[in-house]
Amino acid sequence: MTTATPAASELTPEQRTTYQAPQGQAARDRREARRRRIPLLPALVFTIAATQLPFLATIVISFMDYRALRPDQRGFTGFDNYVQVFTNPAIRQAVLTTILLTATVVIVSLILGTAIALLLDRKFIGRGAVRTMMIAPFLVVPVASALLWKHGILNSGYGLINGVLTWIWSLFGCSNPPQPQWLSDYPLVSIELSLIWQWTPFMMLILLAGLQSKPGDVVEAARMDGAGAWQIFRYITFPHLRRYLELGGLLGSIYIVQAFDSVFIMTAGALGTANLPYTIYATFFQQQNYGLASAQGVVVVIGTIIIATFALRTVSSLFDEETGR
Amino acid sequence: MSTHTNSAVAATSFKGPRMKRRTPEQGGHPAWGIAAWAVGLLFAAPVLFMVLTSFHSETDAATNPPSLLAPLTLDGYRSFFAGQPWPPLINSLTASVVSTLLVLVLAVPAAYALSIKPVEKWTDVLFFFLSTKFLPIVAGLLPLYLFANSVGVLDNISFLVLLYTSMNLPIAVWMMRSFLAEVPVEMMEAAQLDGAGLITMLRSVVAPVALPGIAATSLICFIFSWNELLLARTLTSTVASTSPVFLTSFATSQGLFLAQVCAAAVVISLPVLAAGFAAQDKLVQGLSLGAVK
Repeated sequence: MTTATPAASELTPEQRTTYQAPQGQAARDRREARRRRIPLLPALVFTIAATQLPFLATIVISFMDYRALRPDQRGFTGFDNYVQVFTNPAIRQAVLTTILLTATVVIVSLILGTAIALLLDRKFIGRGAVRTMMIAPFLVVPVASALLWKHGILNSGYGLINGVLTWIWSLFGCSNPPQPQWLSDYPLVSIELSLIWQWTPFMMLILLAGLQSKPGDVVEAARMDGAGAWQIFRYITFPHLRRYLELGGLLGSIYIVQAFDSVFIMTAGALGTANLPYTIYATFFQQQNYGLASAQGVVVVIGTIIIATFALRTVSSLFDEETGR
Repeated sequence: MSTHTNSAVAATSFKGPRMKRRTPEQGGHPAWGIAAWAVGLLFAAPVLFMVLTSFHSETDAATNPPSLLAPLTLDGYRSFFAGQPWPPLINSLTASVVSTLLVLVLAVPAAYALSIKPVEKWTDVLFFFLSTKFLPIVAGLLPLYLFANSVGVLDNISFLVLLYTSMNLPIAVWMMRSFLAEVPVEMMEAAQLDGAGLITMLRSVVAPVALPGIAATSLICFIFSWNELLLARTLTSTVASTSPVFLTSFATSQGLFLAQVCAAAVVISLPVLAAGFAAQDKLVQGLSLGAVK
């Protein structure tokens, strides 16, 4: 129908309503284009300065031997730091942990989020109240949530989960309920549990928005034609939800790859839970090896760019649909 | 057909032009409602437990099974407030409010230049803003630290304000653009033909659509700044530390202190819970950078 190319969107009401001589028109167009850029420039310049410059510096430092404790040795060392990144077993472990943590949390919260969104898409008494309760986990400050899970829920002595286990076992007259040492026996699972609890509401919100934009007449027609609930889900609801699932998965990945708070609070990176953000933080802050930390940072950015390329494509396809192109 | 050029920008609804908003799945078995309530309570349980425990004494908080019906007390809050939480709370408030205001000052004109009076290649600009959001903060942390150290703005709340502004600006530009795209351009043209000035037009046509958007955008930016730990932890120490940094001091504490931890978590989460519940309907739009409404 329409093409919102820059050239087309360049036409303004004034230009359409006012007659201009051809050669005056070109100069006027340029002036108009310049005038339109003015409100954009402060935000653009600020964003470039604040986000691109530090990253350029990171790239430069990543090729240097730069340790705070040995200022005399500072100098360029080529790819030494990158060789370390790819040969150091601790860093390889951090890459694996990051992938495992991100994938588990994203996939489980997507599945739970879809199921809960389907439940909340129905009419029942107190629907608004349940929705509000569901959002609550996402609105607890991440550091507070990590503390709550570490001390209040997973503590082996008096945490909520082991407390509930004791209570259930005592209902059946048993005196020795299982009391797992969650944080030391299942450290990564503990972190995953707390993150899944926080991120399921996010997925649920995105998928609920998707469900509520589903064309009702198509479902109605399918039902008239005798389609069952499963068939409606499989052939109408699921294809419609697919891009919302993609969007939730990709945005979730981008946020959870960067998860720092819960690892820092719950295990301080011990017991194989150190993911890349935590490892970079430790290389930079504890070992004070700035060159190596920067090389790790560059590697993380490259990994993120790979995810982000897909994410941008998804957002851009939703965006195209929105602007009707 | 010239109006199409602008209506392409103004056609906002992600639902598409033809689809009508569907009414929720009718009726169904009451078991579904019960299941939904059970799941909702399960997810809210840790929050409810946190609030309840914050009002218990330390001895009652550390029992197994939990003594949910123990007498209520404000001791947890008393010991939390005895631990000097005001400077970090005020720092957090300053950083969040000031950075949100700065974000609005920068984002609203930018969004205007990307929707109502679009610049050339406005989609490219929009996606540039988005791409910066994908750069992990941790990758720029070191240069920011070295810069702050050499300029002498380590442990300075103004530096944090600037960083939070850059962190939230892309989100705000995307959100504000998706709101401003709903401004009825035909009405603006009509107003212009009637000889209305820019100010009159902004007030009568743009403001009614933009103000709810500004409110929602502010709440989202406030939440992200309030929650931020990594930058604050790295770039502040004693003077400018924020509430999340203050909370980390509870990470390794020993002994009876669960009630106090819960009280701290409740106090520090309260602004976010309030902002989030207030912006409930716009939350998903902000978190998905305006892609979903």
